[in-house]
Amino acid sequence: MLTASHVHKSYRKGGLFSRESQQVLRDVSFECGRGECLGIIGESGSGKSTLGRLILGIERPDSGSIRFEGQPVEDRKVRQGSLSAVFQDYTSSINPFFTVEEAIMEPLKLQRKDQQYDACKVDVLLHQVGLNPSYRTQYPHELSGGEAQRVCIARAISTEPKCIVLDEAISSLDGSVQMQVLELLKELREIYQMSYIFITHDIQAAAYICDSLIIFREGQIEEKIRIEQLKDVQSAYARKLLQMIIT
Amino acid sequence: MTMLRNIWKDKLAAISLSILAIVLTAGIFAPLFAPHDPNEVNMKLRYAASSWEYLLGNDHLGRCILSRLIYGIRPSVLWVLAALAGSVMLGTAVGFVAGFFRGKVDAALMRVCDVMLSFPGYVMTLAIVGIMGVGLENILAAFILTKWAWFARIIRTSVLQYAESEYVRFAKAAGAGSFHIIRRHIIPVTASDVAVVASSSFGSMILQISGFSFLGLGVQAPTAEWGMMLNEAREVMFSRPELMLAPGLTIIIVVSAINFLSDSLQAALDPKLRTSTSKAAEQTSAVSAKQLLGREVA
Ligand SMILES: Nc1ncnc2c1ncn2[C@@H]1O[C@H](COP(=O)(O)OP(=O)(O)O)[C@@H](O)[C@H]1O
Ligand SMILES: [Mg+2]
Repeated sequence: MLTASHVHKSYRKGGLFSRESQQVLRDVSFECGRGECLGIIGESGSGKSTLGRLILGIERPDSGSIRFEGQPVEDRKVRQGSLSAVFQDYTSSINPFFTVEEAIMEPLKLQRKDQQYDACKVDVLLHQVGLNPSYRTQYPHELSGGEAQRVCIARAISTEPKCIVLDEAISSLDGSVQMQVLELLKELREIYQMSYIFITHDIQAAAYICDSLIIFREGQIEEKIRIEQLKDVQSAYARKLLQMIIT
Repeated sequence: MTMLRNIWKDKLAAISLSILAIVLTAGIFAPLFAPHDPNEVNMKLRYAASSWEYLLGNDHLGRCILSRLIYGIRPSVLWVLAALAGSVMLGTAVGFVAGFFRGKVDAALMRVCDVMLSFPGYVMTLAIVGIMGVGLENILAAFILTKWAWFARIIRTSVLQYAESEYVRFAKAAGAGSFHIIRRHIIPVTASDVAVVASSSFGSMILQISGFSFLGLGVQAPTAEWGMMLNEAREVMFSRPELMLAPGLTIIIVVSAINFLSDSLQAALDPKLRTSTSKAAEQTSAVSAKQLLGREVA
């Protein structure tokens, strides 16, 4: 469904006239099937978020392509309603001038501009992410971290997308809240039959929710494994990562 | 609406806003408010003290000072406001394009701004007036030409900061176009920066235009203008200092009002001051519940 083939990306370092550039992604290829949860794991600075931005079509790869059901993700008509995202920083994830309701309705309105949406949609979505309808009229600064991230999830699923990119979606939440949100994500995936691209540095969380993992290192794919075979990883780097959670 | 309510809570800001509203209305409807023709010369009343007919007295040509002050609002405040709007619009447009689209456009526009900003504002204005000749419209044109780069710089920085935020990133991912993002996400959050920058330079522009008129480079006689009125009073500064009082105080009051207002605008536009209606309702219901409880106990 979502395929990346031979993606390269580099950023220019220094000023306007500088020729030097830093290669962030090198020949990344993978595939994510319908309903699959694909984890992308790597240390911070390894280029995971950059890959996330490329998948979401916010930036373009230097070479290679990322396609969603055969069509390029750079075309925003392809993304509308089908691809969605949840980001790490819940404090800046919602426009401070929007109420919860406006934030959740934004992708829906983008998807079908003329149609009037039914007002209960927001209530249903809020209920699904475990918030009660009184949150509709609140502003983001009135929400706690967990609540804000739940609103972001409700916003992401509002168009019933086929795939959601979660970039460190639980990393800045507290321990117990992290677990609740992870459970919520798992539930929602079953309801909507969505694919997740779960980007994180936390291998434990990834192992909990994902079907398969991509181990990412310095902008390259080190190894791809099914979660059942997590025990028999090949590369030394992946072993080291696993070692850290076992001990 | 929320903004107006927030400003209204702040007493100083409310007073400033009222003063400015009165000044602006008086300027727009000057013929209705002014008791006399501002240019009517009456040599019998030279330097007359205030009387019931001429509330603020008369100047060296016997003209009604109050009427001249009211007509002076037009060049001193209204035209400055128009020039300000012009340069803010130009600067905002450039700042938005540079900050939002980045890349080569940004680099090119910012180098132009650097060139504009490398001259001190006063020197540029003087040079433009020197080339194009004295007169209000030339000074206003010079204002627009010299100020836009400054606005563009500030607004670009502000746009740059918000364009990187995650809600913009989400909107992009959800397939929103640039127009939608600018209109729904960037304009509302940068509006407070624009308002604060614009209002703070409004005061300095009023002072500058009065300054240029004082030097004889701006509004030409006999048109009434506050700086001009100060200049005319200067000749009799020691024999009749009270003539400087009316235009001088007016300038001080208006500029101070603008500065106070621009200070509180920043606070009033803060989205954190917005509270949800349901929460407010909950609080009031909680209060009434407490009162009820209290009554039961009592
Ligand atoms: N917009 C950008 N411009 C320049 N360099 C960038 C940009 N975004 C990311 N980088 C660089 O790319 C590298 C990878 O960053 P990122 O994708 O955020 O890693 P991760 O999410 O894995 O922590 C970092 O070294 C960072 O400096
Ligand atoms: Mg990251």
